[in-house]
Amino acid sequence: MTGSTTRAAPLESTVSGVVGDSPQRPDGTLKVKGEFAYSSDMWHDEMLWGATLRSPHPHARIRAIDTGPALAVSGVYAVLTHEDVPVNIYGLEHPDQPVLAENVVRYQGEPVAIVAADHPETARRAAARVRVDYEVLDPVTDAEAAMRPDAPVLHPTHPDGNVVRHVRIRHGEEDPAADVVVRGEYTVGMQDQAFLGPESGMAVPAEDGGVDLFIATQWLHADQRQVAHALNLPEEKVRLHLAGVGGAFGAREDLSMQIHACLLALRTGKPVKIVYGREESFFGHVHRHPAVLRYEHGATREGDLVYVKAEIILDGGAYASTTSAVTGNAATLGAGPYRIPNVRIDCYGVYTNNPPCGAMRGFGAVQACFAYESQLDKLAETLGMHPVDVRIRNALTEGSVMPTGQIVDSAAPVAELLALVRNRPMPAVPTGPRDLRELPGGVSNTTHGEGVVRGVGYGVGIKNVGFSEGFDDYSTARVRMAVIGGEPVVSVHTAAAEVGQGLVTLQAQIARTELGVQRVVIQPSDTSVGSAGSSSASRQSYVTGGAVKAACEEVREAVLQLAATRFGVAAVGLAGGKVVSDSQEVLADLVEVLGADTVERTVEWRHRPTHPVDPLTGQGFAHVQYAFAAHRAVVDVDVELGLVRVVELACAQDVGRAMNPDAVVGQIQGGSAQGLGLAVMEEIQVVDGVVRNPSFTDYLIPTVLDMPPMPIDVLERADPHAPYGLRGVGEPPTLSSTPAIVAAIRAATGIALTRVPVRPEHIVG
Amino acid sequence: MRLSFTVNGHEMKADDIWPGESLLYVLRERMGMPGSKNACEQGECGSCTVYLDDVAVCACLVAAGQAQGRSVRTVEGLSDDESGSLDPVQQAFVDTGAVQCGFCTPGLIVAAHDLVRRKPDASDAEIREALAGNLCRCTGYEKILDAVRLAAAKVGEHA
Repeated sequence: MTGSTTRAAPLESTVSGVVGDSPQRPDGTLKVKGEFAYSSDMWHDEMLWGATLRSPHPHARIRAIDTGPALAVSGVYAVLTHEDVPVNIYGLEHPDQPVLAENVVRYQGEPVAIVAADHPETARRAAARVRVDYEVLDPVTDAEAAMRPDAPVLHPTHPDGNVVRHVRIRHGEEDPAADVVVRGEYTVGMQDQAFLGPESGMAVPAEDGGVDLFIATQWLHADQRQVAHALNLPEEKVRLHLAGVGGAFGAREDLSMQIHACLLALRTGKPVKIVYGREESFFGHVHRHPAVLRYEHGATREGDLVYVKAEIILDGGAYASTTSAVTGNAATLGAGPYRIPNVRIDCYGVYTNNPPCGAMRGFGAVQACFAYESQLDKLAETLGMHPVDVRIRNALTEGSVMPTGQIVDSAAPVAELLALVRNRPMPAVPTGPRDLRELPGGVSNTTHGEGVVRGVGYGVGIKNVGFSEGFDDYSTARVRMAVIGGEPVVSVHTAAAEVGQGLVTLQAQIARTELGVQRVVIQPSDTSVGSAGSSSASRQSYVTGGAVKAACEEVREAVLQLAATRFGVAAVGLAGGKVVSDSQEVLADLVEVLGADTVERTVEWRHRPTHPVDPLTGQGFAHVQYAFAAHRAVVDVDVELGLVRVVELACAQDVGRAMNPDAVVGQIQGGSAQGLGLAVMEEIQVVDGVVRNPSFTDYLIPTVLDMPPMPIDVLERADPHAPYGLRGVGEPPTLSSTPAIVAAIRAATGIALTRVPVRPEHIVG
Repeated sequence: MRLSFTVNGHEMKADDIWPGESLLYVLRERMGMPGSKNACEQGECGSCTVYLDDVAVCACLVAAGQAQGRSVRTVEGLSDDESGSLDPVQQAFVDTGAVQCGFCTPGLIVAAHDLVRRKPDASDAEIREALAGNLCRCTGYEKILDAVRLAAAKVGEHA
């Protein structure tokens, strides 16, 4: 093998398909042929392999590091420690994390040293020979204990002890009276994003003293800023190129091996590739915050909610990552999609010595949804009402006031979504002998139907779309139109990360819609164009979609101007490769209008601003858009063994406008599946700060045998503030899936389950 | 050590192989065939599924030396070499929207290809059982099932 595999090729989308259609992905054929270049597929002549030495202790002081034995290994080119990092600090929201640990390690798996060698196994073996002298310290592993004044302070420069952020919501009366009160304490375990493509990338040193990094990430420019800062290089000398991304779900929002690979490449003068194995991946990215949530709801006898009080504690682990924003979300969305006049919520994000937690699909709203939906079920039971009736009675609508005081100013069809899932036909109740594969326990042959009880449960959730609380949330798009090969071709260039969601498809649909052409080329994403923001928070269709639309509109105006100048026609639009009048009459051919000219426009596009919430009351216009989904789960439970099989998981979601209906359904089904995982399977088990199950053998995600049929209803209630009226899609289905499944298990067993994931021992006692 | 075996009908050689290398590593890093994916490298996810002498295996669990003199077929070898046209299973994955991030796709396509040729009339329960060793994190599997049903129907027509 010689040469290199690095830069991605432009993706040409030639199939037709405008906004509202479901054209095939432009990268689909490459992906099914095994020819799509993921970050772990990068390859370069003379490249080296990087490996990372990580702390075995969740909390320890480093007394000394001896790299000598590692350097002595044949084939090793460099061994680096904190002494070799120009600026040894980084962080997505708060720079509080060393690139390589210096005096102290704060979690098990924290990087301490990195090695470059000519073979990955040589690099790993050399890393294992770095001698680190640790003084082991007691880890702080309980988030509530970490908040007490006597707890060891893990970040002495942080002003509020171990509390990263405390968000207070104070809305309405402080102590209102209610006929009926229900209380509960709920616990959410630590979930992993478990994307399939491991953290990986390749850094290539450049002649100008800078570096080119080919990387799977969710946000190229946030990576660029942090990498350049740590390397003490100007940002223009750190050029990032998006390599193929094997899923993300929040886990690629923080850095993993980016700075490490660049340090090794700059030190050795050779390209360096780092690919995490699955075990290392569990230590290489942040997880979903585990949470303890204490709720009290008050209601009238008729079932009208009077108040909610809640205390939510999110374990942020050793470094802040996005804990501040997650805490903000859990608080501001903590009352759920309900009209509640009086709300009092205290939400804390806390430092501990557990694995760092940050972004995962749902981002704080998932934890809250499990708690408030469990409470709504408890209230329904107390009142003798159907769980859907009590929800519909209190459902948020357009014009409702959120606990932040923000008025919901676009569609909020919460009641309609609940009615849709309730009114779906139920899956048939089986009679006669049953296929083992359709029973709890499956082909383990644990039951033939005896002891199996069916249950039904419901859930509904609310998620914000986009970055909130005053963040300057924008995207940049460069759109170019020229005649190539005798026909008009549009090129779209952004830095937005295609992570599997189908953004490349959507960008081409938008370009066709706005510019009336057939051929669209999606340029590879890189930092040679302005930031697109993150592929997270269900925001890219909205924000990068908005930027592409706006850039297309400017290109269209310029082309119409050309038509006026050259042909004297007063055209108003582009369609089918022609400039047309308002009655769609063809006035000129785009090929002739453009001639040899290229029309190019670059637009930075923002959604309307949001604002920080008041630090004492949590009041403010915090979120640009809300999105809603509802689920109905039907489960079979083997009540003697505690085994659960989800029989059907129906979902209804409002997407504002289904930009690509097939992709929308794919997002809803995939999000629902991750919610099922949290309900009954998925938890990173951490004991005394140590992860006990960092593998796909012991951390189980749903297989095709675990997933039931998922019928989907899609509502399109346009949001007038958003491009095309669209509403972010990716996250809402992950919220309500979990509580719906747990409610169904409660219905089958009569057991008051308060913790997810539900394990067999929770059911059989 | 030196190895030679057939990959997608072509005789391939690799030198200086460390005996601990897997078939997956040799395919990806020494033979320039990164189509088979490295998602877990412990046989749990199926992303590296290839045919070894016509039996679908996880390439990460096969020591490279075990492939000596044998025949390997990877996802890169399923489409028609000359025309470039996709295998019906590959085409069905594109047509049904079964591909999102696509990292599980090569392994799933080989596993589904194996199922469809053995049992084009497989029931849903049989499809689920056959693909239970292939993890996907994006789709929830619904559209993958659609793809396998579609491919099976097409292959069945021509059988």
